[in-house]
Amino acid sequence: MSSAALAGGPVDEKLVIDDELEIITRTAAPEGHPLDEVISGWHYRTEETRALEADSFQNPGMLYVERGEEIWNTVEGDAGKSCASCHGDGEEFLKGIGANYPKWNADANKPFNLELQVDQCREENMQAKPYKFDAADQKALVTYIKHQSIGMPVEIDLSQGEMQEWWKKGEETYYTRTGQLNLACATCHEDYNGNYIRADHLSQGNVNGFPTYRLKQSAMVSLHNRFRGCIRDTRAEFPAAFSDELMALEVYVTWRGTGLSVETPAVRQ
Amino acid sequence: MTKGLKIIFAAASFALAGSAFAETLAPDDVEIVDMEVTASLTGKPGDATIGRETFADRKKGNCLACHVNADLSDQLFHGEVGPPLDGVGDRWTAQELRAIVIDSKEVFGEQTIMPGFYTMNVGINVAEKHKGQTILSAQDVEDVVAYLTTLSE
Ligand code: HEC
Ligand code: HEC
Ligand code: HEC
Repeated sequence: MSSAALAGGPVDEKLVIDDELEIITRTAAPEGHPLDEVISGWHYRTEETRALEADSFQNPGMLYVERGEEIWNTVEGDAGKSCASCHGDGEEFLKGIGANYPKWNADANKPFNLELQVDQCREENMQAKPYKFDAADQKALVTYIKHQSIGMPVEIDLSQGEMQEWWKKGEETYYTRTGQLNLACATCHEDYNGNYIRADHLSQGNVNGFPTYRLKQSAMVSLHNRFRGCIRDTRAEFPAAFSDELMALEVYVTWRGTGLSVETPAVRQ
Repeated sequence: MTKGLKIIFAAASFALAGSAFAETLAPDDVEIVDMEVTASLTGKPGDATIGRETFADRKKGNCLACHVNADLSDQLFHGEVGPPLDGVGDRWTAQELRAIVIDSKEVFGEQTIMPGFYTMNVGINVAEKHKGQTILSAQDVEDVVAYLTTLSE
């Protein structure tokens, strides 16, 4: 019955993808982190959902990785170029890059996530239009890029440019209560991770698996879509994707998951 | 209505609690003193049967999101963020329960995750369609409180 569903805390299991790639799903928190240990959202999912992520043939997100590879090699825009025209083999060029985003972009004078970097390459280098937020191809390409870092620990460089200020701004947002329900990210993901809120097992809200495949939606979900969903659930207006506010939040929340392996495409419920 | 008139009406409704002249207390006029709200917000008693529905309704109380409640074991998925509410009517008086539901922060402190269901003390950037609104109406609160008082062990 209902109470049978209650099961506090993360499961004590290890994630090894295809019996060969060990994923760091728990690790000591970086200095200054409010929690002792950072834990991947994988530990809070059901056995079936966890199993899907551990087998890349079963993981529905892998179709988006394949689609992303196609896009990488497809010519688009007035310059007559594909991503591969400049960067060559994606698996080679992209290895490790996704684990270090968001990254300071000096020209734009702000942090760039992969979506913004892709759009910059499309506009300036391919003379193609930037993607609309959450366009299927944007999600597939970013999933492909991120997947080339699978297993590698997340680490962002806060010493570049004004990353510290953006981190600080993101931290403020993380602790600010929003909406009629008056909840902050920290209320759910810091104070109550490991508990069920109705049928949802609350995790620490880490971002190392994004874009993630959500079974509920049968689709890839981008990080800013997830952020906006969580904010909307507090009955608040939510900021635009890639707005300064959400970029700062991405910097801060990515830092909170420092040391966890990239899991993209993670599978969540 | 002018502020003066409102106060007169509020005072009148207090004096005539239970009578046909009773007026519903606006959220900002509710006084929580010593973790209690002594009188009904509407001047009328709550209905425990309706309160049971409001408690479970995801669009209203959605109390099961955070609380186990054996009385509603026919409903799936009780959360575990807050304490089980079995026997809560033995632990708190109706006046205390009213205060908890109206604005739990006045009872448990600012840091609590439990939303205030009849208060304007809310977070920033409230969505347009919820602006200026409380999660529950005054009568909803009374119904839920009436229901909670029936939970005894
Ligand atoms: C005409 C050349 C050209 C094309 C086409 C191109 N890029 Fe780039 N890309 C660059 C250059 C130059 C840089 C580094 C400077 C910058 O930020 O623009 C770069 C940087 C990047 C980076 C950041 C690398 C890092 O170390 O942080 C990524 C990721 C990237 N490109 C992905 C793509 C993708 C995906 C596409 C196709 C949608 C693409 N690029 C198309 C030239 C190109
Ligand atoms: C009302 C509670 C609540 C609040 C407030 C909330 N979240 Fe969530 N969040 C959830 C639930 C429930 C899930 C799905 C289960 C899980 O993974 O924790 C989730 C999932 C996530 C995930 C995906 C984790 C994964 O492993 O896939 C991220 C990232 C996230 N939230 C970030 C945030 C941020 C940032 C904020 C603040 C802007 C926030 N959340 C506010 C309830 C909340
Ligand atoms: C988002 C989570 C959440 C929701 C929704 C919620 N509560 Fe609570 N509630 C709590 C927590 C947590 C506590 C314990 C106090 C604390 O730790 O802040 C609590 C405490 C209580 C208590 C005191 C229980 C005791 O035994 O001491 C009552 C009564 C109560 N809640 C009633 C309700 C009612 C009625 C609703 C719906 C109208 C509701 N709660 C909705 C989280 C919640």
